[in-house]
Amino acid sequence: MADKIEEQTVAVDTAAKSGGIVSSVVNWIDDRIPMTRVWNMHIAQYPAPKNFNFWYLFGSLAILVLVNQIVTGIWLTMNFVPSAEGAFASVEYIMRDVEYGWLLRYLHSTGASAFFVVVYLHMFRGMIYGSYQKPRELLWLFGMLIFLALMAEAFMGYLLPWGQMSFWGAQVIISLFGAIPVIGEDLTLWIRGDYVISGATLNRFFALHVIALPLVLVILVFLHIVALHEVGSNNPDGIEIKRKKGSVAEEDKPKFKFHEYYTNKKDVVDAIPFHPYYTVKDILGVAGFLILFCWVVFFMPEMNGFFLEAPNFEAANPLKTPEHIFPVWYFTPFYAILRAIPDKLAGVVAMGASIVVLALLPWLDRGKVRSIRYRSIWHKLNIAQFVVTFLILGWAGATPQTVFSTILSQICTVTYFMFFVLLYVYSKNEVTKPLPTRLTK
Amino acid sequence: MSNAPVDNSRRRFLTIATSVVGGVGAAGAAVPFIASWNPSERAKSAGAPVEVDISKLEPGQLIRVEWRGKPVWVIYRTPKMLEQMKQHEGQLRDPNSDEAQQLDSAKNSYRSQREEIFVAVGICTHLGCSPTFMNGGFGEKVEGTTDGFFCPCHGSKFDMAGRVFQNVPAPLNLEIPPYTFLDDTTILVGEEEEVA
Repeated sequence: MADKIEEQTVAVDTAAKSGGIVSSVVNWIDDRIPMTRVWNMHIAQYPAPKNFNFWYLFGSLAILVLVNQIVTGIWLTMNFVPSAEGAFASVEYIMRDVEYGWLLRYLHSTGASAFFVVVYLHMFRGMIYGSYQKPRELLWLFGMLIFLALMAEAFMGYLLPWGQMSFWGAQVIISLFGAIPVIGEDLTLWIRGDYVISGATLNRFFALHVIALPLVLVILVFLHIVALHEVGSNNPDGIEIKRKKGSVAEEDKPKFKFHEYYTNKKDVVDAIPFHPYYTVKDILGVAGFLILFCWVVFFMPEMNGFFLEAPNFEAANPLKTPEHIFPVWYFTPFYAILRAIPDKLAGVVAMGASIVVLALLPWLDRGKVRSIRYRSIWHKLNIAQFVVTFLILGWAGATPQTVFSTILSQICTVTYFMFFVLLYVYSKNEVTKPLPTRLTK
Repeated sequence: MSNAPVDNSRRRFLTIATSVVGGVGAAGAAVPFIASWNPSERAKSAGAPVEVDISKLEPGQLIRVEWRGKPVWVIYRTPKMLEQMKQHEGQLRDPNSDEAQQLDSAKNSYRSQREEIFVAVGICTHLGCSPTFMNGGFGEKVEGTTDGFFCPCHGSKFDMAGRVFQNVPAPLNLEIPPYTFLDDTTILVGEEEEVA
């Protein structure tokens, strides 16, 4: 069997080398940059666990959305005017007068929310299957940096239409830095470039939103994938598919050719090549995603005020705060934590901590078993309460502040952080189910 | 590697010297990039004082004017409002205006130069939203009152002298800008001086 595969590979190689204009072009390029090698190493002969499920679609979907944001963003800059006088009107111009301008803008604004949908689901996948655990800590940290850069990108982008919510949202978020002792006030002045949010702020946010942060994001995504391919994907069973060299019997090895970069160092079991198996699966995911995405773009781009908020259809007025101000939905869980604490500095610290603590997951989880499938009932309950907490916080942060919502936010702020505290405590001596030796279905 | 003799201490010295000089150069080169984020000369000079005509201001009414891009409120407080302010001093963070949120001319129990005319920067000291004037409806926020300011963003509460209540996120009373009564019905916001 193994011989047969070797023959096939040899045949493919000779086909590429013998004659034909295509193969001679490929060879010409391969002599100059490692095109075929990179393709094989990272796509065609990259060993991926064979049991990826629904949860493993969101990484590639995040890349799709990133591409959508970059392309529609470039087109939007062609008509957007980044000034306090022109911004609001130019967005209306794009919506009414530019051909397909409405579509480009709705693709971009819906794409922003879709980005957070897929990223939250992607992060949740990492949590339930323990993908952050050793040796994937750095992979998780790159992911958290992407999340941070994405939040900054979304926040700065939201200022650009220069509506009421843009203005006052930016006012609140920039003022957060004012809570830092001693340097806070000067720092906010430096960020705004003016004593209030003004055209100076708008212009610099535009520069950061369209050039600086996209560059950072693309570089971080590249590093995220490099880190992923070095350690290999985790999977729903949470057991390694790369085993000690020589420990796997020949008949247990998969009948695929994987790149020698992986097989020289380790024996690989239960793996399939990323292409064509997961490229095809991801295309199915893309199709499903696009159906939902386009439905939102065409039929409810404002999502009842959750994607585009009503006060933002009114130009920024520095003299009047809208009656109710909320961030866009993807910030509301963290915003609720900020609002829960009736102290300026403590509120800001708690909100920052709620994000930092996620980055510390690889060290807070002291367990050796990764997947929720084989962990204790305590872990399952803890993750369940975390999901409920996150959803309630998201709701509370999008609701006018009342005594009830404040108390609810305070309770959920406690349970949010309790997730991590409890995890640290029980994971040390957790009673887990026995792990399978090979991937299950 | 070649067999040329290596003077390690000389190599170390050159490495350190190059790194230090290069580091200083990089730090120097960063200065213009960081400093260019500061407010420009034009932004700095845009803080001219504004005149406010209060001749048509009715008791209980609030008008907003823009000063340095910020909303400044001018309110004609009714006797009832002034009376009420004394009732809840125990619930305030800083009832005597000890924090430097005003000049000396407004460091009194009304936080104003004239009892009935209240001038304040309408920006919440928490995260910079502009609180809502709840004229008559403040009782639902603080029992026993009728008027005050409620910040829609994070629920901070201020009384009719801009003094912050306890147990809200805002740490300080509202800021009182420098201002001068040019005559009985005109206020100059942004400058405080002796008027002849």
